[in-house]
Amino acid sequence: FLQVSSREVPAMASLFANSAAMYNPLTPAGADMGPSGFGGSSRAAADPTPNTRTQHPIMTGTGVLALKFKGGVMLAADTLVSYGSTALYRDQRRITPVGDNTVIGASGDISDFQRIKTLINELNTFDESYDDGCRMTPRDIHQYLGRVMYNRRNKFNPLWNQLIVAGFRDGKSFLGSVDLIGTMFEDDVMATGFGNYMSLPLLRKAGTELSKEEAQKVMEDCLRVDYTRNCRASDRIQIATITESGIDISEPYQISSYWEYEGFKNTNFRGPRSF
Amino acid sequence: MFRNQYDTDVTTWSPQGRIHQVEYAMEAVKQGSACVGVRSKTHAVLTALKRSTNDMSSYQEKIFKVDDHMGIAISGLTADARSLSKFMRTECLEHKYVYESPVPVQRLVSDVADKCQVCTQSASARPFGVGLLVAGCDQTGPHVFYNCPSGAFFEYKAMTIGARSQAAKTYLERHYTAFEDASVEELVKHALTALKETAQNHDINGKNVSIAIVGVDSPLKLEDQAGVQAYVEALGGDAVAEAPADAMAD
Repeated sequence: FLQVSSREVPAMASLFANSAAMYNPLTPAGADMGPSGFGGSSRAAADPTPNTRTQHPIMTGTGVLALKFKGGVMLAADTLVSYGSTALYRDQRRITPVGDNTVIGASGDISDFQRIKTLINELNTFDESYDDGCRMTPRDIHQYLGRVMYNRRNKFNPLWNQLIVAGFRDGKSFLGSVDLIGTMFEDDVMATGFGNYMSLPLLRKAGTELSKEEAQKVMEDCLRVDYTRNCRASDRIQIATITESGIDISEPYQISSYWEYEGFKNTNFRGPRSF
Repeated sequence: MFRNQYDTDVTTWSPQGRIHQVEYAMEAVKQGSACVGVRSKTHAVLTALKRSTNDMSSYQEKIFKVDDHMGIAISGLTADARSLSKFMRTECLEHKYVYESPVPVQRLVSDVADKCQVCTQSASARPFGVGLLVAGCDQTGPHVFYNCPSGAFFEYKAMTIGARSQAAKTYLERHYTAFEDASVEELVKHALTALKETAQNHDINGKNVSIAIVGVDSPLKLEDQAGVQAYVEALGGDAVAEAPADAMAD
């Protein structure tokens, strides 16, 4: 189960022990306490307030995949939000549209993604309300998110996400990635999280000259593979397509899966050995 | 009649519903030497007449590059103009830092206008005494805007500000319908011809004129003296006067 971090427990204990919550340089934390034991307990005494910076993601989404095809760009994700190893929320949206030609898909901490959605929607609202014929391009959004993530990382309080920004504007596809430490890059084919291991080689093999229907099939196949091997993935997926005519985010639907492989059924498949 | 009673500070209205201090600030713009801004489908051009206080001094720069896609021509208090252009340059850089793309022209012009407006509603600050002609290109094409000390801004196909600019305005009013489809060279010719009308003795040359050209596919270029002289000579006719040989001005 989701472990209550042992870091938090001693901090909570010392909250009661130590009345001063503010740091006083004249009496650094722990200075007015007697000689403490070796190691752990002194660290607890030196940290009266709990660490409120993100240290690990709690509610998480698994990898997102993205691919440029002929005439647009496609992004796919499942709709599962996990609480550790519990598949808790089975119909959540991890893909969000921004304006008329961009979508953002996120893996990682979902509460941080909700924060990002708030920021991006605010940005988009301001952009729309200028009403001057200029609108943010997908690249502008990508750069903005990169700056946000990098600045958070520098404060040691990251938004624990890997984001993919996909868009189509002025006849050109755009695909960019930003992660929790602010790494930004663009590519024709992209995946986050487990998708990097399971799906990226398959996407690369498919190439970027597919038709929309072919691309959709490739996405489903990749997510199927991911679902088969990734404990945190589900078979209920969403696919977002951005083309000249705008954004189309599908309703979630179930993909088929096959579990009758010999290797799954028979654990002695590879010889007399049990897992 | 009552003008002198209600013009002491910018926070006082006159009975006619005017704020005289702001109007006085706009007078300062009319005292500066002329600037012309024109725009076609593909380019925006700024020209300005530079003044020098005497033969020993340099000519006051009138056109400032704000970013690769934007420049301003000023008329009025140069110090105020430098303050605003510093603000505009910083805003351009900050926008580039976050979005890695050039700031849309109208948005920056609108921010400058807001900055000017603050000073028309404050007891502790005076209005800016400079008018800006902003020429820039963004994803919606080329634009020419005019920022007024009152905090208002307008977009123009052709505009002129500064001393004796009425003569230039007359020329622009007669010819502006040709600007939309004009080539760059024709556009500069129009802008220079309009500017010539404002110069004393129609005397324009490489030393006392500035030209800046920005296009959808070309970054802002502030012409150097040789470049300006070439454009002036291309005007032909009685416009061309040789740069005075004894002037140490730059």
